[in-house]
Amino acid sequence: MKRGVGSSGDPPALATVDRIRTTLLAGVRQPQLRRAAFLLIAAGAGIGPLLAGSAKAVLTKMPTDGADTLLMLIGSAMVLLMTPGLAFFYGGFTRAKNVLNTMMMSFFLMGLIGVLWVVVGYSLAFGVGFGSPFIGGLELMWLNGLGGAVGDAPLADGFALSSTSFALFQGMFAIITPALISGALVERISFKAWFWFCLIWSLLIYSPMAKMVWGGGFLGPFGAIGAIDFAGGTVVHIASGVAAVVGAMIIGSRTDYPESIRPPHNVPFILLGAGLLWFGWFGFNGASMFAAKTAGYPFLTTSTSASAGLLTWCLIEWFKDGKPTAVGAATGAVAGLVGITPAAGFVYMPQSILIGALTATACFIAVRIKAAIRFDDSLDTFMVHGVGGTVGALLTGILASATLVPADYFPRSAEIMKTSGNGGLFFAQLQAVVITYVFVAIGTAVIFWILGALMPLRVSPQQEERGLDFVAHGEEAYDPMTN
Amino acid sequence: MNMITALIRPTKVDAVKSALVDLDIVGMTVSDARGFGRQKGQVERYRGNEFTVEFLPKSKVMVVVADEKLEAALAAISAAARTGEIGDGKIFVTPVREAIRIRTGDRGPIAL
Repeated sequence: MKRGVGSSGDPPALATVDRIRTTLLAGVRQPQLRRAAFLLIAAGAGIGPLLAGSAKAVLTKMPTDGADTLLMLIGSAMVLLMTPGLAFFYGGFTRAKNVLNTMMMSFFLMGLIGVLWVVVGYSLAFGVGFGSPFIGGLELMWLNGLGGAVGDAPLADGFALSSTSFALFQGMFAIITPALISGALVERISFKAWFWFCLIWSLLIYSPMAKMVWGGGFLGPFGAIGAIDFAGGTVVHIASGVAAVVGAMIIGSRTDYPESIRPPHNVPFILLGAGLLWFGWFGFNGASMFAAKTAGYPFLTTSTSASAGLLTWCLIEWFKDGKPTAVGAATGAVAGLVGITPAAGFVYMPQSILIGALTATACFIAVRIKAAIRFDDSLDTFMVHGVGGTVGALLTGILASATLVPADYFPRSAEIMKTSGNGGLFFAQLQAVVITYVFVAIGTAVIFWILGALMPLRVSPQQEERGLDFVAHGEEAYDPMTN
Repeated sequence: MNMITALIRPTKVDAVKSALVDLDIVGMTVSDARGFGRQKGQVERYRGNEFTVEFLPKSKVMVVVADEKLEAALAAISAAARTGEIGDGKIFVTPVREAIRIRTGDRGPIAL
């Protein structure tokens, strides 16, 4: 769990809560509606005061630190690079006629979510205006007032990174999470439907998930459940994996699947993408420490887990099929990276190797099962991110070291570990995983059903046959007549 | 004049070209092709999916030779492209009615 932010309910925040509550209710004239709206807000706000005390008691105000802020800025740039990396990773798997569309489903989000995050996404994830443990507020729209006049004010008590660097860093996560979902839907979803899906999903699913886990909300170390998620096992990987499997069920298989499937059109792209992902993941996990001095551990565990994942996947293939494959090496590394994401700053090196090996094994089995039952999660988004995120989140409960989960930053989680040890934390993790599955599955299904009533979710079979690069973008990746 | 169409292993294109140049046969067209013969396909695996790749990469070499050089050319191609394993390929010969060098307008064997 990223160290919870913004929940501390200090006096200015509470004043903001009241102001916004009043403003919101002012617009509701009808008495009955007004009562209902008040109840809704009150229900959300009810847990607010419970969250208030714990954080404030220990965390003291610190001046902004240059090294910590620099870690976040470098981390942001690295996480940004993961999105084009993912585009190459996914693009290599598809047919040549669909590679641009597949890559655009990720790349385009650097535009769409990049803007959306600044306008309102960040505020919904890390604001406190609604006083709710499930959703942030609107007071930070346009990153209003963030970081003070020159942008260098510290994020919160107990944190020495600047607010602006934190908002940028979190924005990169918001971009890549819906991009991950695309893997299950490529080669048939309409780009218009994808545009609207990502816009709505980011606001209604991603921001609340970030709030609940990292923003001092319901699931996190300041909330009722007390689960820990270092860099996004639930928020990023389980959320995208579950959305992927639900999306693939609603949108359906590619026409003629499984007869029509082809081998990847460009395996070197897959390796290039996996390499960029690994590089970016140092920022994704490493910078999630939020402190330069102690970032060595998450940097290390990230790499050791990826190494163990790669090695495990290849050894299984070598033993089982006789040959270690390049696609397997890339997939195993990504599985190891997914597995360590919720644990990166909470475990030591031997545990990280175990997490990488176990996650890769679980993902390998999941991928084989998917192939056997012929379910068209086209590029295995759920099998790698959903399964890997779940295994990682649960192993975090079992393997986390109490020393690395300090009570001042993780009050509820540390209390759980103190009273009932890793077993208790495992149970908290399990609760967080189940709640994430249910919330994301229902939310994603509702969004797709509503969108499906308004527009076609997929292209026609004829357009599928022609290829989505031309149909959606009027381009081809490889012009056969070029010389 | 005769058109020789040789479907050979891509790795043997350079050897075939050298062998023909040694016979003073210059000018050939090579294109990438895919096909299968008695060797059938091969199995590839990507993640959980197995693919039987039915069509294997081949190179299609087209060269037009004068009648008196035909047998020597066929022997040279056969020798250069052979490995003795299944998948060495095939050679087809068809008659050619006319040949024209576009730049000069020359016709017949002199245009080759």
